[in-house]
Amino acid sequence: MKVMTSAHEQELQAIFGENRVLLEESDRLSYSFDASFGTYMPDAVVQPRSTEEVAKVMKLANREGIPVYPRGQSTSLSGGPLPVNGGIVLDCSQWNDKLEIRPEDMIAVVSPGILTARIDEEAEKWGLMYPPDPSSSHVSTIGGNLAENSGGPRGLKYGVTKDYCIGLEIVTPEGHVMRTGGRTIKNVTGYDLTKLIIGSEGTLCVITEATLKLVPRPKAYRTAMIIFDDLVTSGQAITKVLTSGILPSKLELMDQACILAVEEYKPLGLPVTAEAIVLIELDGHPKAIEEEIEKVAFICREAGAHSVNVAGSSEEAAKLWQARKLVSPAIVRKKPTKVSEDATVPRSKIPEMFQRLKEIRDRFHVDLVVFGHAGDGNLHPNIICDKRDLEEMDRVEQAVEEIFKAAIELGGTLSGEHGIGTMKAPFMEMEVGPIGIDMMKRMKNAWDPNQIMNPGKIFPEPGKKLVLRDE
Amino acid sequence: MSEAANRLKKQLHYEKTFDCVQCGYCLPACPTYETMGKETHSPRGRINLVKMVAEGKSSVENMREPIEKCLGCRACQTVCPTNVQYGEILEGAKSVLEDHEKKTKKQQVTEDFIFNGLFPSRKWMNAIGNATWFYQKTGLQAIARKSGMTAMAPLHLDKFEAVLPKVASPFERRNSPRLVKAKRNPKMRVGFVSGCVMDSMFHQTNKNTIELLSRAGAEVVIPKAQTCCGALHAHTGKLEEARQLAKQNIEVFEKENVNYIVNNAGGCGAMLFEYDHLLKDEPDWNRRAEQFSKKSRDVTVVLTELDGLEFRHSMNERVTYQSSCHMTHVQKVTSEPLALLEGIPGITYREMAGYDRCCGSAGIYNIVNYEDSMEILDVKMEKTRRTKADTIVTTNPGCLLQMKLGIQRAGLEKEVRAVHLVDFLMEADPQPKEPRK
Ligand SMILES: Cc1cc2nc3c(=O)[nH]c(=O)nc-3n(C[C@H](O)[C@H](O)[C@H](O)COP(=O)(O)OP(=O)(O)OC[C@H]3O[C@@H](n4cnc5c(N)ncnc54)[C@H](O)[C@@H]3O)c2cc1C
Ligand code: SF4
Ligand code: SF4
Repeated sequence: MKVMTSAHEQELQAIFGENRVLLEESDRLSYSFDASFGTYMPDAVVQPRSTEEVAKVMKLANREGIPVYPRGQSTSLSGGPLPVNGGIVLDCSQWNDKLEIRPEDMIAVVSPGILTARIDEEAEKWGLMYPPDPSSSHVSTIGGNLAENSGGPRGLKYGVTKDYCIGLEIVTPEGHVMRTGGRTIKNVTGYDLTKLIIGSEGTLCVITEATLKLVPRPKAYRTAMIIFDDLVTSGQAITKVLTSGILPSKLELMDQACILAVEEYKPLGLPVTAEAIVLIELDGHPKAIEEEIEKVAFICREAGAHSVNVAGSSEEAAKLWQARKLVSPAIVRKKPTKVSEDATVPRSKIPEMFQRLKEIRDRFHVDLVVFGHAGDGNLHPNIICDKRDLEEMDRVEQAVEEIFKAAIELGGTLSGEHGIGTMKAPFMEMEVGPIGIDMMKRMKNAWDPNQIMNPGKIFPEPGKKLVLRDE
Repeated sequence: MSEAANRLKKQLHYEKTFDCVQCGYCLPACPTYETMGKETHSPRGRINLVKMVAEGKSSVENMREPIEKCLGCRACQTVCPTNVQYGEILEGAKSVLEDHEKKTKKQQVTEDFIFNGLFPSRKWMNAIGNATWFYQKTGLQAIARKSGMTAMAPLHLDKFEAVLPKVASPFERRNSPRLVKAKRNPKMRVGFVSGCVMDSMFHQTNKNTIELLSRAGAEVVIPKAQTCCGALHAHTGKLEEARQLAKQNIEVFEKENVNYIVNNAGGCGAMLFEYDHLLKDEPDWNRRAEQFSKKSRDVTVVLTELDGLEFRHSMNERVTYQSSCHMTHVQKVTSEPLALLEGIPGITYREMAGYDRCCGSAGIYNIVNYEDSMEILDVKMEKTRRTKADTIVTTNPGCLLQMKLGIQRAGLEKEVRAVHLVDFLMEADPQPKEPRK
């Protein structure tokens, strides 16, 4: 069902010129999906290159009640950019002209379509670092990262996207341009709208520019691979490391199913009888981390690790990390569909969460593997399945629901990284409660009175269930 | 489901599209996504369209432009974390498009000439070679006219004409040897795939390849009855023709009892490397095709293995390398050409940013999609310029012509040259290494 008329189309062409308004069916089909589930046809795709263009299109949409869906590179795992009610997809991925590093202020100012990894690459030239490192950072845009408040392994020590954004330029759903925050680290003027917008999944406004904080780049890195015969011991060892006064830059875990899958895919000589492999990276001054890595090794051995391997060189470190890198391609070899969850629990509950996951796997007979950021409780249980097998998908949907419940019961959250989007909306109330939903809705209504800004996301719609199939 | 719908699904390799999890990891690797700036022209977008067509949710025509504008460089396949067989999906889509074709008159005349005339027939290739040689100054266009191909003029062939290399005399080509002995302790016997374009337009490069192999310690057989590898046919959806050519080559080389089947054109090499896949559904042929593919090697790999040359002449040049996509992403040959280059005394190697990205030549892509190809080429030339190199080395005739064209477009003819790695190696005066005592 089209929500746009040809008069609207002409108006869009007047704003963007013909080349940046995509109306062909082949184009619209190409913007109908993301990295999660489902396809929805937009009526038009536009590719803005300036704030003014965005303001104009928002004014048009607001006036006519046409939904607008901001989009980066559509790597969202939760349905964030899907044009669920038709309307206009606002493709910001081609808007990538600005990437300025201001070393004296230790900030970067960027356009929304800049790929996140490029920010860190530029920062490196000045001895600086942009720490947030979602594993999709070489493909995803900073706009998408801000809207999803993305994070990665380095989150343990450095935090996530919201900890690095100090100012935004945005266009409101009514088409007004405004700035939030500024260029200073300290800023307490009024409500912190910057932080409200980060993680709002494109439901409050369009981000048109961001000012990001940079930090000094660490001088050196050390890596250790620790092997555990059982999972519970690994959990205990992790807790001991994290309470010893050392803060690793990364702390990643892969379970036995992952180890087996990697060994079958590309034999690296990993111990297939081990229940867990933990990879720890430290960064900082070479002398300091030299001492600390020894301490990490000592603590793990004391805690009952099967073996500890400390990399002597950066090449050796890269080899150790290869095991972790191969997990993704390895686990999808059996079956093509990967349901990647990011339910997160408080650190102290990691061993318990592992137990729950095991039970869920057995109860629903699903291929569940765990590899993730064990240091911050973001475990990434992944279910490997085949979306053509409807009976299996039914079980997967139930298992996912149970994972969400387990995480919340343990004091955790539905989503540590990927956002709510369409996929997790049905579970929102479970975590934030009816009042929580109501307060969020009131904020949404204040920003977007006509409900045109990325509708269908975050807020549960009556009767909607989790669906992991393409109908 | 209807019979026809099922057949379409099969032909489109529908099942393989499920391997794509739409993660987008291939987007930054795709040259057409970079220059065209639309998901429609990205690997993920193309796979999605194929899937939509297979499911009957989109018309076949919807995927025509995106598929025809794909370079087939397969860079997406190398970066894909879930190992999507994009090459197969692309081939399937092309064959469906081919069946579905309502070609424009111009396209038909050109394609007919190229596919049914030019590539499979040695005679034609000879004719082209002869005529080009006979009157190099008038070049290809004259032949085009003679063969009723005036339609080829708008194909910008004039642009290519200017960068065509000097062609060997017909006499020289007819008299090229069928067997060349090793000029050093023979370590192996190899068959050489002379390739149709290579043999007519790059005859000297072929001679040099044979010479290098023989100096490095290989006996080289060049079977007369061999034919076109079929790559260009397969890549435009003419699978049946490609299979016929493959069979002929398999038969010819089986008779020669060689250790390796060597080629010096990345694009042909990739096709030879995938004969097993091309003939996998033909029970009489699949095993023979597998044998063939297993033996097929790029010349750089064989030279590296032979390790039988030392270079006497110091080449004081700043050199950069543009890799061949099909060598990199299909044959997975990446280190050998660089290692050979580095073995040449005197050169300064300057790595080009994105040297493993497609230059836009892509078979006949640069003829059929001239403007799109030139946009990709201009990006490439900018990166070349930044290396400040005076020599661009490539390993595939198509890439070589394209780089020459790029040099011309960038107005760098005076400062920069493009050369096939094999010819460059020859310039450095390679001599058989004394076997170590
Ligand atoms: C293989 C894989 C691995 C991943 N790993 C991680 C990981 O480690 N950590 C992690 O956090 N995530 C991860 N993700 C999820 C995803 O990459 C992130 O959510 C990313 O931030 C999305 O960026 P994008 O540019 O693709 O945005 P999109 O997917 O296009 O959009 C995401 C959301 O942002 C909104 N949006 C986009 N641009 C704007 C804008 N300019 N203004 C307002 N709203 C906007 C959209 O409306 C949508 O709601 C992964 C995804 C994949 C496929
Ligand atoms: S990288 Fe592979 S799985 Fe990901 S979108 Fe591209 S083809 Fe699909
Ligand atoms: S083959 Fe090359 S041009 Fe075609 S989709 Fe893949 S990367 Fe892009």
